[in-house]
Amino acid sequence: MVEYYLDRIESTSHLNAFLATYADEARSRAAKVDARLANGTAGRLAGMVIGIKDLLCYAGHGVHGGSKILEGFVSQFTATAIQRLIDEDAIIIGRQNCDEFGMGSSNENSAYGPTLNAADTTRVPGGSSGGSAVAVQADLCFASIGTDTGGSVRQPAAFCGVVGLKPSYSRVSRWGLLAYASSFDTIGPITRCVEDAALLLEIMAGGDEQDSTVSQWPVPSYSQYLSIDGSKKIGYFRESLDSEGVDESVKAVLRQSIERLRQEGHTVEPVEFPLAHYYLPTYYILTTAEVSSNLSRYDGVRYGYRSPKAHDLDSLYRLSRTEGLGAEARKRILLGTFVLSANYYDAYYTKAQRVRRLIKEEIERHFQEYDFLLYPTTPSVAFPLGEENSDPIKTFLADIFTVQANVTGVPAISLPLGTDEQGLPVGIQVLAGAFQEEKLLAFARYLEQFVQASEEVPI
Amino acid sequence: MTDDIKAQYELVIGLEVHAQLLTESKIFASDANHFGSPPNHNISVITLGHPGTLPKLNQKAVDLAIRFGLATNSTISPRTVFDRKNYFYPDLPKGYQISQDKKPICVGGEIWVKLKDGTEKAIPLHHTHLEEDAGKSIHDDQSTDTLLDYNRAGTPLIEIVTDPAMRSAEEAGAYLTEIRKLVRYLDICDGNMEEGSLRCDANISVRKWGDPVLGTKVEIKNMNSVRFLQKAIEFEYDRQVSVLEEGGTLIQETRMFDPETGRTYGMRVKESMNDYRYFPEPDLVPILIDEEKLAAERAKMPALPRQLMQKYEGELGLSHADALLLTESKATVAYFEEAIAQAAPKTVANWLTGPVRTWMNESKKELSAFPVSPGVLAALIRLVDENKVSHSAAAQKLFPALVERPDVAPLALAEELQLIQQGNSDVLQALIDEVLAAWPDKVKEYKKGKKGLIGLFVGEVMKKSKGQADPKVTNQLVARSLDNLS
Repeated sequence: MVEYYLDRIESTSHLNAFLATYADEARSRAAKVDARLANGTAGRLAGMVIGIKDLLCYAGHGVHGGSKILEGFVSQFTATAIQRLIDEDAIIIGRQNCDEFGMGSSNENSAYGPTLNAADTTRVPGGSSGGSAVAVQADLCFASIGTDTGGSVRQPAAFCGVVGLKPSYSRVSRWGLLAYASSFDTIGPITRCVEDAALLLEIMAGGDEQDSTVSQWPVPSYSQYLSIDGSKKIGYFRESLDSEGVDESVKAVLRQSIERLRQEGHTVEPVEFPLAHYYLPTYYILTTAEVSSNLSRYDGVRYGYRSPKAHDLDSLYRLSRTEGLGAEARKRILLGTFVLSANYYDAYYTKAQRVRRLIKEEIERHFQEYDFLLYPTTPSVAFPLGEENSDPIKTFLADIFTVQANVTGVPAISLPLGTDEQGLPVGIQVLAGAFQEEKLLAFARYLEQFVQASEEVPI
Repeated sequence: MTDDIKAQYELVIGLEVHAQLLTESKIFASDANHFGSPPNHNISVITLGHPGTLPKLNQKAVDLAIRFGLATNSTISPRTVFDRKNYFYPDLPKGYQISQDKKPICVGGEIWVKLKDGTEKAIPLHHTHLEEDAGKSIHDDQSTDTLLDYNRAGTPLIEIVTDPAMRSAEEAGAYLTEIRKLVRYLDICDGNMEEGSLRCDANISVRKWGDPVLGTKVEIKNMNSVRFLQKAIEFEYDRQVSVLEEGGTLIQETRMFDPETGRTYGMRVKESMNDYRYFPEPDLVPILIDEEKLAAERAKMPALPRQLMQKYEGELGLSHADALLLTESKATVAYFEEAIAQAAPKTVANWLTGPVRTWMNESKKELSAFPVSPGVLAALIRLVDENKVSHSAAAQKLFPALVERPDVAPLALAEELQLIQQGNSDVLQALIDEVLAAWPDKVKEYKKGKKGLIGLFVGEVMKKSKGQADPKVTNQLVARSLDNLS
């Protein structure tokens, strides 16, 4: 398997999905895992070849966060989530391209060039876990581990026609995840099917000494309980079928899913989110505030990029950060610095924290009535390269369906439930209440079978 | 400037004291918290702020901060939150310091100081918060390079902030002295100002008496002793009054104290005030402190100097001076308390403030280095109380011998040195009878009223006893024997 994937990565290098591969190491690990398989002592992920986003630490391996400022930096420790996979005999095959420090939704903000969508190489793969989504889409590894702060696992999964799971905030330890916005960041799998996502989450999730914010709730065996019982009550975002901002092809896939669910005896109703207009402002105020602080450590003093033109302390900071960080990162740092400044703190940061609480209460009310919420993951299919930068407002609008789960901390999964007329993947997202991954994954598995069944018909 | 002019101005001082907590490891990492290691020895990926690291709170630091809060009568916040203080400096690895801003662990409270004129004053605390220390920038004289040592980065600190409540250098000095004593008592900080375990910044302003508005405050840094703090305050008092008297205006600034000249000097003027952009640290959860936790810390709380002073002066009837000396350090108190379990408190106090202190002064050592244990000292005191050894023999011969050979029991040592008094009245009586029999004329003269002759008999008895008789007892017995003679 390792050879197969290494060959695939090599032959699709134009996609720029992997920034580094660990060929020799993967081969030698594969040999060891084979031996364990032979004597029956292998772990639960034996032989599973996994790629990791360039925001996750792996001891002795580079981690650059898609940024020039960390070029050449080698991590001295392994992220808890990754270590747990390794402990179950997964094989880490390489490091995947992403938007700089997770900021972007097209993968064009990577200092190492954009990743291309394998379904149409003139289009973006989404972001920020673009490389990770393409790697699964193009069969370059069995599964990828991405990170999701505002949709960075789900949106590229939707654009690339694969499954992307964002767990509840704090379900998976953040130790070893390069921080973008600490109170939003999550680690999630990108896979070909729900079952794989369930197994990977089950192994990565749970308490960790190294992360004081991680949940201590026991982790159910998600992969063992992938069936639903009885009829469910499902709400969908009214605007996702009514708004002109959502592409017809996307609406069609959603409509299809809704009809099918109704046929199967489930209740599906439109729901209102009066606070929806506040999702993005809340998300951007709080995440930029956090990122402005989280990226302060990249200062050219101890590690990473240091400008050769620096001649004193002030220029060391200024030049290293200006030259080392990309435009999007710099923009968000400036925004965050502004919203945290003494004169504006209450007007922005404090207010956004309050609104965040209201948005949480809003979704909690819905989950008292509905088992699941169902939306498009994105209002459109993958857009052409270069389009993002031309119209930032439209890109921001594309975030609307995904950021809700990050602002509120609930789990969400994007499923490839259809394609548009050009064959570009459309992702449909399901959300459940906080820490309801077990229910969410079972229902996602159920939805996934709709398409698998219909695909099997022509055969 | 004349004192008259200065007297028109009120001096206002607030202090910020940083105390490094005596924890085994750092506040957010497991690296050792130790002064004096080789540079960059106690550093981990967390201390260096490597990408992907997260802080992990050392509960011990919280406990020590609670202990301080309880000792100063502060309100311990049931829910306390860490904040990030954002600024760039090379010795600050993450580009922010994890500190506390809006919800510090201890709020209010006070520290009592006693001034030279005997008055006591409570210095009100604004709050005490937990934070991490930064690393150290080292400027080598030989080059323009700056070297960075991150050993200190992440050392747990409490910052103790007073209200602007002090009115003289004496008060500020007394306060800092009291803080140092208190943190040592509480075992939360070694109080070493030279090594920087205890550091003090002062906010100083002046205003005309009666003016309800505080003057422009100047922050003074780099004062690593009580004396320097007081010098800096005195200097600033004069400087600020002079500036105002000459019609100038003071600027809000940070100044450094130069111990060489005793003056303060302004640092490079910064373009604007630093905006630290505080916000709640999202990598840590709020600390919840319940009654159970407080009760547990209360149980571990040692008696405090102020309470002990009251006990020693009141209950035990010691003099103020003795009580002050005994409560100087926790070690002295522990020694004293252990000794008084086996000997009379007043006598123990006399020994500690007398011979033991002399030993400390002469040997230039702390009480912790004193070789004689409290139990052994108490045994020596009992020998005196029981008249087995005279006080002078105990102080001049037995005590120095014990210091040399602290493992030998005082009684055995006294016997060896032949210091045991002939307190045994049978032996003494025989000697007395002998002496009286040998001096019949003098006995007659005594009986006739020449009472001063008793000294002669006592002296003779002492001579016969080779100095081992207790003079007091001998005196009594000789008098009684003479009275009994017909």
